[in-house]
Parts: sequence; structure tokens; C-alpha cells
Amino acid sequence: MTQSATLSQKFGYRFSWVGMIGLSIMLFWGIIALIAPHIIPHPVGEIVDEDYFGAISSRFWLGSDYLGRDMLSRILMGARYTVGISLAAVSIACFCGVVLGMTAAVVGGWLDAALSRFLDAMNSIPGKLSGLVVVAAVGSSITVLIVTLAVIYTPGAYRFARALAVNINTMDYITVARTRGEGIFYIIRSEILPNITGPVLADLGLRFVFIVLLLSGLSFLGLGVQPPYADWGALVHENVGGLPFGAPAVIVPSLAIASLTISVNLLIDNLPQKIRDRNA
Amino acid sequence: MENLVEVRDLKVEATTDSGRRVEIIKGVSLDIAPGEIVALIGESGSGKTTIALTLMGYTRSGCSISGGTVRIAGKDMVTLSERERAGIRGTEVAYVPQSAAAAFNPAQRIIEQVVEVTRIHRLMPAEEARQKAVELFRALSLPNPETIGGRYPHQVSGGQLQRLSAAMALIGDPRLVIFDEPTTALDVTTQIEVLRAFKSVMKKGGISGVYVSHDLAVVAQIADRIVVLRNGEVQEVGATADILTRAQHPYTRELLAAFEPKPRGEETVVEERKVLLEIKGLSAGYGPIQADGQPLVRAVQDVSLTVEKGRNLGIIGESGCGKSTLARAIAGILPASSGTILFDKSELEGSVRQRSRDHLREMQIVFQYADTALNPAKSIEEILGRPLMFYHGMKGKQRDSRIDQLLDMVHLPKTLRHRRPQELSGGQKQRVNFARALAAEPKLIICDEVTSALDTVVAAAIIELLKELQRELSLSYIFISHDLSVVEAICDEIVVMYGGRKVEEITPAVLKAPQHPYSKLLFSSVPRLDPSWLDTLELDPELVTTYGHR
Repeated sequence: MTQSATLSQKFGYRFSWVGMIGLSIMLFWGIIALIAPHIIPHPVGEIVDEDYFGAISSRFWLGSDYLGRDMLSRILMGARYTVGISLAAVSIACFCGVVLGMTAAVVGGWLDAALSRFLDAMNSIPGKLSGLVVVAAVGSSITVLIVTLAVIYTPGAYRFARALAVNINTMDYITVARTRGEGIFYIIRSEILPNITGPVLADLGLRFVFIVLLLSGLSFLGLGVQPPYADWGALVHENVGGLPFGAPAVIVPSLAIASLTISVNLLIDNLPQKIRDRNA
Repeated sequence: MENLVEVRDLKVEATTDSGRRVEIIKGVSLDIAPGEIVALIGESGSGKTTIALTLMGYTRSGCSISGGTVRIAGKDMVTLSERERAGIRGTEVAYVPQSAAAAFNPAQRIIEQVVEVTRIHRLMPAEEARQKAVELFRALSLPNPETIGGRYPHQVSGGQLQRLSAAMALIGDPRLVIFDEPTTALDVTTQIEVLRAFKSVMKKGGISGVYVSHDLAVVAQIADRIVVLRNGEVQEVGATADILTRAQHPYTRELLAAFEPKPRGEETVVEERKVLLEIKGLSAGYGPIQADGQPLVRAVQDVSLTVEKGRNLGIIGESGCGKSTLARAIAGILPASSGTILFDKSELEGSVRQRSRDHLREMQIVFQYADTALNPAKSIEEILGRPLMFYHGMKGKQRDSRIDQLLDMVHLPKTLRHRRPQELSGGQKQRVNFARALAAEPKLIICDEVTSALDTVVAAAIIELLKELQRELSLSYIFISHDLSVVEAICDEIVVMYGGRKVEEITPAVLKAPQHPYSKLLFSSVPRLDPSWLDTLELDPELVTTYGHR
């Protein structure tokens, strides 16, 4: 997901404009998350407007929230939590899932059976429910959120990677590596991983979207990021009272969630493709 | 007499994934008279299937006819509308694909699929169509013609299915039938039956045919005229006998030369005959182990053989005879259930995991499909570099120069080292596949059908390479193939396998006189470059019923 926008015909890749739009929106939110503290016009927790659910004005570009705080600043800072927590969680989930999945596929036998059954059992617990239980039990902190989200999405990543790796594992070049006497670690890292990175990246993008939505859902229920900080889901939750007034405070964070998730989907559906015709 | 098919200056273009347009058929013209069978012959990529498909006005996705005319009985297939073409397909022009197994719907009974053409074109009532199908089954000498249509595709053999797909093509009484490599996937013993059936049906009905193949010997049996193609251009056209005996074009001669059986030549002089590999009573198979200690499906039973240093052993047999399983058991990929493997005087463990690194290094296996044997995500350099580092601990400059040496040994340019496998041709990939085995500096290389996926000319070059490497490096090969001419060309001893057992061991001196009945059938079933071979061939019917898969 970190491929630069310079991939083009010149580098032997074809990249559709839909994918580029997705990539640019993602990059936009990524950069916002990094530089947010330096560009917010008002401190996040400070009440700056005398009205609540204020309309869009030249002073408050995105209006004000239910306490009269500046919405633009809160959205920009919210990007840090939504993008940061989701990215951390999805990285952990996919790393664990892919490593375990490839190991299970290559080793096979009882290890494969045990891992698969255990993770299937984990998969059968509804994600939102287990998230609720964990957060209710140990309290909400950013670490707990990341770990919980990662654990919820590991079994899916495992299943996906294992299915891919099982197919690669039947190829003759794996047999050649085995008859050469190669160890499991080499086979996983050098023979299987390079052949499944494409689909795994696509899966990572999809899972990132799921995690953003689940995190927003948890925050909407008040179990996510705690005040005065707020991710986008929490922003929707705290300003839901503004819905009857048509306040921008409830619409804008929803749009932010939508723009991020849709752009990720646009990108993974239109990943740059290598052009095989060398004479072009 | 007016020609049934007249193709004039046909051009087909393909669009590559970068949007570039490439001409793949460059102005081909050919005629087919009524009742004549014309063969299109050439290596893969020569455009033979593309031309055959244009006779139905069809091009594969990404391709389009960019010029010329294709007249079938006076109608130009290029300018007709798609609806008009659909009316002609199946009734005037029909198609028999290479893989009948992939062309049949596995969920429907065969008869339903055979009579489908008559239903689509509303040619005749269903009952009449069924009767006609049964007649065709009889004409194609299928067993139980009355009832075979009631079976599902997986319930008949490959050769039968290929004949059934011919019945499917013939039921609409077409004037032209296109055969696209219909016997390439079949065993030689089966191929004879299928060829005979095709030939008699076509002759009886006076049907014109286009026979696409890369196998000159097969084409010699069935075609009246041969069109030799290369890179989308006609190289030579002529009557079958003329092409075989008085070929004008150098490329045709090259094709013919690749077909001439090249005996092993003068025997390599080995100072003293030392046994390299000795296998005693080896059995192997698949599935759970039964009470007697043997697996459920026994693919190889009680096979013993020896390979001497610097000499080659060929293993031959039809598909399913257990020859590949035997190779896997020797290499330790599939541990043998019983028997001993003695390699260079020490006994080998059954499984790869228990063998020492030196034993693994000294015995390398090369697989049939270079496409799946080379990791598509790695460069040639990485593929060849890994065994060098793994077995010999080579690094940096030393490894680089050794990779260059290896590429040189298999006659590949050094510039290929940064390419990926999919950027190489089939023959080049197979050479890389060999270079990787050579990198280990082995004593024995097991070659599992290494030339079967290659064109005749390319395969002949690979065989030459193997012989050359053997002279230089004093290697031994175990050469597994279903193709007798390939095995004859390179092996000192030949083991014939049937049904998982070794039926006979032959040395080239007595090669022409195999003793075991199955060997006799197998050896006499290999097509010759003689147009009258099929018609004069007499096979012992008892042998055919015992060993042929009818």
C-alpha cells in the first residue's frame, strides 16, 4: 500500500486513473494523520464557538460540535487515531495471519489441523461482540484497541494466506526446493511469499477497511478512543444529537470514514499491473 | 472442381497488454478441396491454431482479423455478421478440440452434449438425432455404441472421449471439420485407434478436414497435403509424400531432421563399469498404509533396476504406468513403502528429510514443466544462485562467475540472468531448469518427461545438450518418457513399465526385438514418417484388448 504514485507506463506498469484517485485520497489522509498537530487551527479540547452545532463559516470551516469545539481540528486529529490504530492493527493481524498460514500450508499434518481448527473457532466469535467484551473487561486504551482488533482479524488473514500458500505448495519448484534439502523458513520466505504478495496486499487493504469500520463502530458505542480525543467513529457518536439540525458536525466525520474506506477499495481493485510486453 | 475453402492473404492482429498491436498471421493463403484433409504443422506460436479458428470466423480474445478473406463454400467468414457465423458453425464447419476432457461438461450425459448441435440448429427431431449419434459411435468404432452415450464424461477413457468429441463435431453433417491436436494428449497405443477412426469416418463421408498438429508422423498418416507454418507465415505447401521425401524449405528439413531417430551413437567408453544406483524390490504408492504395510493405491510394485556410472537408463510406459511415481520414490519425494535404494555404495533413506545433504546434491531431479518448476517470482540469477550457495557456499563474485559458466554450459546468453522465467521461451526455460540441476554438481540426474512439453525441433536440441553435458561432466541420467524415439536417442538401457511393474529391460542391441507382448505393442504403435504406415499396420487384436485402453 506504499507504492508511490510515479508508477506509470514508463516503469513498465499500467495504473488506471481510478486507482490513482484512491491512492491520492489515502495519501492525503496519511499525511494529515502525520502533520495534524501542526496544522489544526484550534486546540482539540477547547470550546471556541459560543453556539453549538454551529454552521459552516469562515472561522469554523466545518462548523462546531455539540460543545462548540472546532470540528475541522477534531477531524484532522481524529485521522491520527482512525488511520493509526487501524494501520497498526491490520499490520499485526496480517503479519501473524500470513506467517501462520504459510507455515501451516508448508508443514501440514497435525500442526495445520490444530492451527486451522483453533483459528476457525476464533473466527466463529462475532468480532463486535468479542471487542465489546474485551474492552468492557480491561478498559479502553489505544494498546488494548490495537491488540483486540488485531486478534479479531488474524483468523481471516490466516485462512486467506493458507489457501494461497496451499496452491503454491503443490508447485514443482517447491518440490525442487525440498529435494535440495531446504528448511521450512527458506521455503516460506523465498519460494512462497514472493508469489502471494499481490493477493495478500489486496487482502490487507480490505481488512484495513473492516478494521476502520469496526473501530468506528466501537467508538460509536463509546468503547473506542476516550474523550477529549476522538476518532471519526467517536465524532459521529458524540454529535449524533445534531442530526435533526442537519449539523455538519455529524455529517463530516461520516464522510471522512466513507472517503477513506472507499478509496482503499478503489486502490486494491485497481492495483498497478505489470506490463508483460517488453517491446512496448 | 471448386475449392471448399479459400483463404486469401489472411492477416490476424493481436493487442498486447501495453496496447501495442502485433501481426501474428502475416498474409496466409490456402485452399482445401472437397474431401481433402490438409494439415497445418509448425511449432507452438506459429499460428496454426489461430488460422484454424479463423475458418469458423473466430479469433481468441484480444485478436482480430485485420485483412484478407476466408471463404467457406463461397461465403466470406470475415464479413458475415456474428449471427450468420453462428448458423454456419456446427452445420458447415465443426471443431474438435485438443482436450476433449476439458471440452465436455462433466455434469451432463455424453449423448445430451453430442446431439446438442442438432437441437441448436433445429436440424432433426431428438429421436432421429440420437439414432444418428449411435451410428456415428459405431462408425468411430467405440465400444457399446448403443449405451456409451448414457455415460458421463469421466466414465470413459481419454481416447474414447476424443472420439466422442469427433462424433459431436460430425453430427451436424459439416463439410469441414477442424481437428486441433486431437491426439497429442493420448498414449501412442490409444492414438492409433483414434487416428484410424477419424480417417475412416472422414473418407466415408467425403468430409474436408483441417488437421492441426506439431507431430509430422501423425500428420503423415491422415493428411493429403501439408502446410508448414512458422511465425504466422506459410513456409511450404505440398502433398504429404512430397513434403516427407522432397522437402524444399530449410525449415521443413529441420523439422524432418528432428524426427529422424538418432541412435545413441558410439558407446561412451567407460574405463570400468561401476554401479551408481541399484534399486531392489521398490514399491511405492498413495493413500493410507494397509495391514500388509503397503499403501492403498500401489503405483509402483517391486521394481528393481541398476544405473551404471556414465550410462543412461530410460524408463518408458504410458500415462498411469507408475514411471513418474518411481522417479519420485528414487528422489525421496514420495518415500518408498518397501525396497532398498543403493546409491554410490551407501543405502539411501526413503525420505528426502532423512537423507544427507551430499546425497541430495549428488542426485538431482528435473521436471517436465519448466513453467511450474521455476519460481515465477525470481530472476534466473536467483534461481541458479541458490543451489550454489546452499551446496557449495559460493558468494559474491565467485557465485556470479559460476552462474555465467552454467548459462554457458546450457547455451544461454549471459544477458538472460536478470530475466524472470515467464520472459523466456519454453526451450530456454527447460535449459535453465537443467542448469539449476547442474549447479549442484550431481552424479545422477533424473529427467521426468523433460522434452514432452516442447516442440520437436526444440526437444531435439535439448537431447543434444544432454548428450554433450554427459560427455563433459560424466553424468548419468535416468530418462523417463512416454516417447520411445526420445528414449532411444539417449539411453543405453530401457526399462518398459506397465501397470506399476517393470515388464522388460531392453538394451539397444536387442531393441528391435522386444520380447514382452506389451513392449511389442508399445514399440509397434509409435507412428513412422511413412504415409502408408497406419494402413498397413497390423496389431495383434488380442494384445490390443489386453493392454490397450479402448
